[in-house]
Amino acid sequence: MSMLEVKDIHKTYCNVEVLKGVSFTMEKEQTKVIIGPSGTGKSTLLRCINQLSPPDKGEVWLDGEEITSPKADINRIREKIGFVFQEFNLFTHLTALRNISIGLEKVKKIDKETAQKRALEELRRVGLEKQASQYPAQLSGGQKQRVGIARALAMDPDIILFDEPTSALDPELIGDVLDVMKSLAGKVAMLVVTHEMGFARNVADEIIFMEGGYIVEQGPPKEMFTNAKTQRAREFLGRIGALYGGD
Amino acid sequence: MALETLIDSLPQLLNGLGVTLGLTAFGILLGTSAGILLAIGRSYGPRPLAYPILIFEKVFRGIPLLVLFFLIYFGLTQLGISFDAFTSAVIGLGLRSAAYQAQIYRGSINSIPVGQINAAYSLGMSKLKAIRYVILPQMLRISIPGWSNEFTILLKDTSLAFGIGVIELMRQGRYIQVRDPSLVLPVFLLIAAIYFVLVFTANKTLRVVEKKYQMAGFQAEAHR
Repeated sequence: MSMLEVKDIHKTYCNVEVLKGVSFTMEKEQTKVIIGPSGTGKSTLLRCINQLSPPDKGEVWLDGEEITSPKADINRIREKIGFVFQEFNLFTHLTALRNISIGLEKVKKIDKETAQKRALEELRRVGLEKQASQYPAQLSGGQKQRVGIARALAMDPDIILFDEPTSALDPELIGDVLDVMKSLAGKVAMLVVTHEMGFARNVADEIIFMEGGYIVEQGPPKEMFTNAKTQRAREFLGRIGALYGGD
Repeated sequence: MALETLIDSLPQLLNGLGVTLGLTAFGILLGTSAGILLAIGRSYGPRPLAYPILIFEKVFRGIPLLVLFFLIYFGLTQLGISFDAFTSAVIGLGLRSAAYQAQIYRGSINSIPVGQINAAYSLGMSKLKAIRYVILPQMLRISIPGWSNEFTILLKDTSLAFGIGVIELMRQGRYIQVRDPSLVLPVFLLIAAIYFVLVFTANKTLRVVEKKYQMAGFQAEAHR
């Protein structure tokens, strides 16, 4: 049994069916990248997985537990699913350190001192220990996103979902965030929605190409970039590859 | 001569001031706690809860305070419910203030990006925890300027409790005036000065609190 199993997810927003039956699985410590045109339900899919917007139909299983079940304790399960947002969503009133330690203190019930020590370790891991006492407004976009990643990491999740983590960043700040993400590959499972083709090609174990609410094709990056089976995937990768490059 | 009689009546005014401060303290306590609950209930509570809260806000913002005092103090006795004048005034002040404060807090809640509550959920926080640790601390900070207004309005409006016979600052002034009509100007000038100093001090203090708890990124003064 896979660590994460997504089975036939359907989701409708304002009478538009955004997801029309999406299924895939993920193994422990695997990295998968979801690509595809805007408005094809990539972000919605991530939100369906951690139940920020529960799917209308279909099931999500994590570690053999059905988290879409009404009986599931979603708060406990969300501890195991990190989420990194495009818009960072750091807590405005808390320092970088407290942004990370608050979950440990209030959710995991770790005492304040231990939690802050742990938070500082996570900040060090993303190269921001010097910024520990700064507030989100005093950080650059790239730094905010690295705090966002550290915040997710601190909860020691099984998987982290990344929703276009670099789309709101200046090009020169993207590198630092991608470096942090690369350093996590193979240590924690990552499901990443992104347009960063370089990252997809070099870090992903598998690429999922979505369009129109379906998974059109999935496979290892090498195959997808050089030898995609479907016409649509070839077109998309060709176009976006020219735009965003990739090394 | 007038000055001496005025000085003689100072203890009486201080008594009244004590009652005024009591009305203010209990009134703002009721108004603030109820106002917070109403705002949270309206924003995060189940949908059916939003309507009674909306009606409460409309009713208590729509009735003059003196009418409210009369309804609570005199009117309710016909239904077999009776409060003393002081309690009636506290309830009236508190409920009206709650209705206004709920609006202040709701405005603050709406200025907190919705993504932050999603981030709180993603850490495994329950709705209650997300409200307690993410929404509430920001809501209160953003609300300080509006709350300062509400506080000083409530403080001054305690003088309307005069109308149902609470022996607060205003009524003590009236007693002095009746005893010695020649004191009418000095006594009410003195009372006006007392209210002014209270409001002035409150505003100054709250400004310090506001600055101390101001969140980074919210300092509009930086663009002066």
